Amino acid sequence: MKNMIVLGLIAFPFLAALLLLFTKSEGAKKIAFAASVIEFALAVFAFAQLKQNAVHPELALNVPWIKTIGVNFHVAIDGISMLMVLLTALLVPFIILSSFRSNHENPSLFYSLILIMQMALTGVFTAMDGFLFYVFWELALIPIWFICLMWGSGDRARITLKFFIYTLVGSLFMLAGLIYLYQFTGSGEIGTKEFVGRSFDIKALYAAGASLDPGQQGWIFWAFFLAFAIKMPVFPFHTWQPDTYVAAPTAGTMLLSGIMLKMGTYGLIRWLLPLVPAGVHAWMDTAIILSVIGIVYASCIAIVQKDLKRLIAYSSIAHVGLISAGIFTLTAEGIQGGLMQMISHGINVVGLFFIAEIILSRTSTRQLAELGGIRNVEPQFAVLFLIVLLGSVALPLTSGFVGEFLLINGIYQYSTWAALFAGLTVILGAVYMLRSYQRVMLGETNSVTAGFAPLTFHEKAVLIPIVILIIALGVYPKPLMEIAEPAVKQIISIAGGIK
Amino acid sequence: MNTIIFLASLGGFAMLAEIFRLRKLIYPVVLLGLPGAAAVAVMDWNGRALSPIFNNMIVFDHFAVMFSVVMIVTLALWMLLAHRGLNESVTVSDHVSLAVFSLTGGVLMVCYANLTMLFLGIEILSIPVYILAGSNKTSLRSNESAFKYFLMGAFATGFLLFGIAMVYGATASFDLMRIAEAVYTSALTSKMLLGTGIIFILVGMAFKISAVPFHFWTPDVYEGAPTAITAFMSTIVKTAAIAAFFRLFAFCFTGEAGTWSTIIWAVAALTLLYGNITAVYQQSVKRMLAYSSISHAGYMLLALLAMADTSQGSILYYTAAYSAGSIGAFAVLMLVAQAKGNEGFDAFNGLGRSNPILAFVMTCSMLSLAGIPPMAGFFAKYYIFSSALDSGYTGIVIIAVIASLVSVYYYLRVIIAMYFRESREGLTIELSLLHQVLMIIVTALIIALGIFPDLIISRL
Repeated sequence: MKNMIVLGLIAFPFLAALLLLFTKSEGAKKIAFAASVIEFALAVFAFAQLKQNAVHPELALNVPWIKTIGVNFHVAIDGISMLMVLLTALLVPFIILSSFRSNHENPSLFYSLILIMQMALTGVFTAMDGFLFYVFWELALIPIWFICLMWGSGDRARITLKFFIYTLVGSLFMLAGLIYLYQFTGSGEIGTKEFVGRSFDIKALYAAGASLDPGQQGWIFWAFFLAFAIKMPVFPFHTWQPDTYVAAPTAGTMLLSGIMLKMGTYGLIRWLLPLVPAGVHAWMDTAIILSVIGIVYASCIAIVQKDLKRLIAYSSIAHVGLISAGIFTLTAEGIQGGLMQMISHGINVVGLFFIAEIILSRTSTRQLAELGGIRNVEPQFAVLFLIVLLGSVALPLTSGFVGEFLLINGIYQYSTWAALFAGLTVILGAVYMLRSYQRVMLGETNSVTAGFAPLTFHEKAVLIPIVILIIALGVYPKPLMEIAEPAVKQIISIAGGIK
Repeated sequence: MNTIIFLASLGGFAMLAEIFRLRKLIYPVVLLGLPGAAAVAVMDWNGRALSPIFNNMIVFDHFAVMFSVVMIVTLALWMLLAHRGLNESVTVSDHVSLAVFSLTGGVLMVCYANLTMLFLGIEILSIPVYILAGSNKTSLRSNESAFKYFLMGAFATGFLLFGIAMVYGATASFDLMRIAEAVYTSALTSKMLLGTGIIFILVGMAFKISAVPFHFWTPDVYEGAPTAITAFMSTIVKTAAIAAFFRLFAFCFTGEAGTWSTIIWAVAALTLLYGNITAVYQQSVKRMLAYSSISHAGYMLLALLAMADTSQGSILYYTAAYSAGSIGAFAVLMLVAQAKGNEGFDAFNGLGRSNPILAFVMTCSMLSLAGIPPMAGFFAKYYIFSSALDSGYTGIVIIAVIASLVSVYYYLRVIIAMYFRESREGLTIELSLLHQVLMIIVTALIIALGIFPDLIISRL
């Protein structure tokens, strides 16, 4: 019975979204917020359930779905999935709360799309069947595309179309890889006792992947890696990202960077490393080099950005590059650090984009050159911004530090040179972040920033918990690390670690 | 086989009802009669017609039953769509009876066991559609459409007949069983005659399913005909034609695959590329849908090419998913075009705001036709591609995947117009009760087929 909680986590946001479609516009945001809080409570409950079983924590549900091709509705929460589900459930209330002020047209549709998005994301993070994973993966694209298209700004028709087709191309490669592996599942003659039908179950796919020769595994590696690399995005597959982040409404940007990006990094851990170990070993160097190039490249671009939102978008590419490099080292530190950093980055980036939104709504600009001196007007806001920013540059005792430390540690075990370049992320990150802080908050107050209004209740309700979380996770990350440990060990034992 | 009798009498009733002043009864009776016809078809699931009956003329096997049901359901949906979409100058009884007669031909085309029945089926299917295409008598384009369709159809029929004659010459029979036996045992008068006959039949069928390079009539005919009739042509006619095509080639000519598989490969590749790429450049949604309909014939041909165990099921599912999506798209197009007097992409501007329900149905249809999960169209493409991969046709699957990526572009264009572009005149379109029912059923079908594909795919 307690396994039904996985289904609940997926189904509840969807049901709430359906309900929302039939409500009056005014109440929509409140209902959506209430629903997302209940979902968070569910996720915490699941976390508590998992905690009871320290050796091999898992909640699973497995029922047949499409029998003719061996697809099961197999969803499960182990330590890794738990962290991702928790992150999703934690961020969505903030995302909803942060759009309270911006009076979107047709709010019931807006908020129900966010909840549908949450359903798809939770599905991605819990699916243990390749086909189901793919369906949720694609399903997540539809609501976010509509959110960007309908409530975005600028030349969004062209930008979101590029985003849609770009990510769809990646996914199709993954689908091709899945189908290819699927052909190698199942065994025995039809009609005999030994016969096992073909299936998309994760175990069957793992076995099929391992049975391929290294050359074929290399192809499969690229099919999956492309899908994940585009979603994250890893250099050089990132060209859709900055435009899309800027054109999307703030809630959309938060969903994209806070959670959707983690679909890619989660995919690496769950679906790439254990699936084709030999392929991963053959190509991990390339993947790490691309990731590290991405870190340096995106950091350098971030330094010269004039637009605050675009700057955060590039910082996101740099951070995700570090995560993916760490994951590809196949060390426990790298993967654990990746998971921690995914959570920390999710919280941080939502905070940063919200701060950009607050500044934009008060000054009507995001250009660094036009801003300045906000600290003199609103010191409270300045403190909150500073803490989020320090979390983002990974100061010790903030959540970012734990993740980045582990990641760089993992990369160091793999290669000193890679660690050296990846370590630049800390320095360069400090440069562009502090630079933006200096331009926006310090200096002389000008006519644009002089009338900077104090934070409203809703804005505080988002920023203060985020700040608390950033510090709390930096001081005491242990529960999160513990819960993921068995699953991470299992992944590494299948993927084979570094030699 | 009772289905054929049932449908023929339903058509007869619709034709005569007007004379007896029962015009008001036509719609209710036919709308209720169609589910009845589907039920009759299902009752034949394990009936005595599993082996050929009527002197080996028709056989009502599972293949025939399932395709009949798909076509009958599509016609029922089409009746809902068309109840206000047609020119008043042609009477209801003409429209309905012609459509039902045409469907009867379609059913014959999926259950034939003899080439003469195939030919009769095609003619019974086509002739009413020629008339329907020209049913807007005062419109020049509708007349042109009918005339073009008739000429091209007659031309294709000529090819088909010629091919049938040659196959007869080679195998000395019209009977599918005998032909299959003769091909299998190579008891042929002339191998070359058989090969030429197969190619002629192939050309004739390619005309009917509008595959490139035999497609050139399609855009003009689809665009000129009244939208409701276009919906009919692109769903029921296409389903019947591809099913007949598959039945003949799977049953009789698999042994001769060497002669025709390369041709089908090339035709499918051309159809996929040409249909999708040309659709990108269209300014009219109706013409875009015409090209998209061409391209979908290409996907269906993949299953025919594969001839895998799973091909039958894939084609069946594909036609069902495609028909549901097309009916939805054409229904919305028809209502929008009627209200705005324009079938271009700009007619859809701002529809998301003014008519959220229509926009939602159109969105589901477009996403399904584009093959985005969890819509039915995704699984349709999945099954087709995986059966082609099973048979080792990797190259053409890659082409098909690229083609379907291109298709995403023009399907999303409609969605972008609806939700992104503003319209100067906000216009609300009143939906009649039957149209509301249609919208609900179509959306439910597109999503339900996607979530429970086993419902259909496991039948064959």
